[in-house]
Amino acid sequence: MNTKSLKKYFNEMYAGNGSVREIYEPYTRWLKDLPDGTLKRRNAEAELLFRRLGITFAVYGETDDVERLIPFDIVPRIFGASEWQRLELGLKQRVRALNAFLHDIYHDQEIIKAGIISAHQVLDNGQYRPEMQGVDLPNQVYAHIAGIDLVRVAENDFYVLEDNLRTPSGVSYMLENRKTMMRLFPELFVKHTIEPVEHYPQMLLNTLREAAPPNVAYPVIVVMTPGAYNSAYFEHAYLASQMGVELVEGQDLFVHQQKVYMHTTEGPQQVHVIYRRVDDDFIDPRVFRPDSTLGVPGLMDAYCSGNVALANGVGTGVADDKSTYLFVPEMIRFYLGETPLLSNVPTWRLSEPEDLSYVLAHLPELVVKEVQGSGGYGMLVGPASTLAEIEAYKQRILAEPAKFIAQPTLALSSCPTLVESGVAPRHVDLRPFVLSGKEVRIVPGGLTRVALTEGSLVVNSSQGGGTKDTWVLED
Amino acid sequence: MLSRTAENLYWMARHIERAENTARVLDVAHRTSLLPLDIEGTQAYLWYAPLNITGCAGSYEVKYGLARADAVTHYMALDPDNPASIYSCLRLARENARTVRGAITSEMWQVINDTWLEVNRLPKEMDHEKFRDFFDWVKDRSHLFRGVTLGTIIKDIGLSFIKLGTFLERADNTARILDVKYHILLPSVSDVGGAADYYQWGSLLKSVSAFEAYQKIYRDVISPQRVSELLIFRDDMPRSLHACMDEVEAALIDINGVSGQEARRLAGEQHAALHFGRIEDAFGRGLHEYLTDFLKNTALLGREIREAYLSRRHNMLSR
Repeated sequence: MNTKSLKKYFNEMYAGNGSVREIYEPYTRWLKDLPDGTLKRRNAEAELLFRRLGITFAVYGETDDVERLIPFDIVPRIFGASEWQRLELGLKQRVRALNAFLHDIYHDQEIIKAGIISAHQVLDNGQYRPEMQGVDLPNQVYAHIAGIDLVRVAENDFYVLEDNLRTPSGVSYMLENRKTMMRLFPELFVKHTIEPVEHYPQMLLNTLREAAPPNVAYPVIVVMTPGAYNSAYFEHAYLASQMGVELVEGQDLFVHQQKVYMHTTEGPQQVHVIYRRVDDDFIDPRVFRPDSTLGVPGLMDAYCSGNVALANGVGTGVADDKSTYLFVPEMIRFYLGETPLLSNVPTWRLSEPEDLSYVLAHLPELVVKEVQGSGGYGMLVGPASTLAEIEAYKQRILAEPAKFIAQPTLALSSCPTLVESGVAPRHVDLRPFVLSGKEVRIVPGGLTRVALTEGSLVVNSSQGGGTKDTWVLED
Repeated sequence: MLSRTAENLYWMARHIERAENTARVLDVAHRTSLLPLDIEGTQAYLWYAPLNITGCAGSYEVKYGLARADAVTHYMALDPDNPASIYSCLRLARENARTVRGAITSEMWQVINDTWLEVNRLPKEMDHEKFRDFFDWVKDRSHLFRGVTLGTIIKDIGLSFIKLGTFLERADNTARILDVKYHILLPSVSDVGGAADYYQWGSLLKSVSAFEAYQKIYRDVISPQRVSELLIFRDDMPRSLHACMDEVEAALIDINGVSGQEARRLAGEQHAALHFGRIEDAFGRGLHEYLTDFLKNTALLGREIREAYLSRRHNMLSR
């Protein structure tokens, strides 16, 4: 793979020849006429708004300032209508295939029989849940809410970085970013025709209704959170209130005769759909981790009996694992008979001796990740690491090569961002949220994450990344 | 409504109300300390009152020994180690609110969150003047919170649980202020209607915003019996026991539910005793005994409410 050609970064605002890309023209004209210091002033206003609303995010491992703000950047990231349409088709296609894959491996395992993916890859994966074998789910949907991370390297080149099918977060920032932008810059929303995103909670509610056990006319839906100290608690509470449903913790629920109830002031009330933001491992101490206090004893029994729906379903992790990721294009061909519209990043599997020796020889130019890691924890960004860091990571790889994959250091596109010295390019990615019920739905755009440190390619909020409002312009 | 949500709303309201009441008690202690102490009062005697009212004299003594103006004020206003301090109350109110953000309006959350952020920006050392400003500020925030709540929240049982918390806490506090003050002030009643009485009982009335109401209703010198009547039996006095129990009973009727039968009965009984009671009888029995009984019954009612609505130990089979 030629990594040299990736070194030139695509700038979202400027085309290769330095002129402003058409979709950014009205914005740049507006920006040029803005009096000095206005952006910084409004930026301070935005920060105050976020702090007052309590839109915070806890970063694990930090003790002093537990409720930290995710930095919000006030320069929007803009997509044109046709650009977005292509992405949308690709995203829907990918999520349909991933759900088909999950249904298949928990039923007849045709894809294994066809020799496309090995039994070992699926059945020996720590995220494969044998409890789910043969369990039928409404609409055959497992990942009702998927966050697909995309990066752009050129005008027409997008790559899927990873699929998040367990409890993807960030959508509340997408919604609050828009609200904040509309409050700070109403004039921009007059100048542009921007696709709205505010109806996401309604779309989510519809998706959850469709996930309910088939014979329930008026399903009772709840959002289940690990609690107020979870890093994404703000989002859990936000979505529950936006949908008008209860926000529950494990301690609020109990199971009686394979049905799930919540403790209310009027006595027990049956629950039919749980949008749970608690990982598989913690949802039922009788089946998974026995030390979990976040879950509900007997929940899996109720779930497998079809009396309650969980969103996302149990066992989706086997499909968003970084080693399964490699097979998604094949899944699309196998289940849908279609050509993949979105590309995977070329990936080396370190369980393969040939890949391993190549990667070990090229560590300074590669990104190495743990197969089951998430949130940017425990990864190596070769070009940004010291020799000592690389050497230490090498030892970790050698101890257990199969736990790692490697990818070329992608030239993530950059987008103008307000920093100390003014407006300067910073690298971005995009996480659109794909909802699957009876149909697949998606709000235009998603959450743009930005690496605020100059030259950094790590956009994760846990690693000091920020977010931007993402605009999809109407034609 | 989720039992845990109801519980958080109830405690959110109780803690805001408690912060306000503590600010009131401290404010009066500060005002009183400016008066010449002609009764057998000493500074220590004066500063035990706020500690006794809030029931934290014991833990204070462990930490500071004798009651002193600066130490008591700091301990009850800003000490994070004192679970009953204004600081701790505001923290707990916010924690409860944070857990039920979906059940309160964003305006309510903003008031509680702003209050918490601001109290953390206060200077570590404050003098007498600063503290008076601080007490006013705490009262203002509590007023603001109540106003925002009534002005923005949907009138369902969530509001009923907020009212329940507010008025149980307030009833409890008024009874304690009266009890403790009565104890301290009693030695001076030899001279009913005298200057000491005017200031001492007057400051008690001010601590529960009842000074103006007293003048309006009685148009006469301040007497302990009338002050007690005003704060116990008058239902038109917003911080009186009667007015608080009016609200508690109404909230419990709104909340309803089979499990709340005993709570409603207790509240009804207590309310009836205030509705039909007479100050002469209370004094006949002894005011201290009367108030002790009231506090005991209020605690019992609080326990019953927790049992009926807020606990999470349902037994499916008994339903």
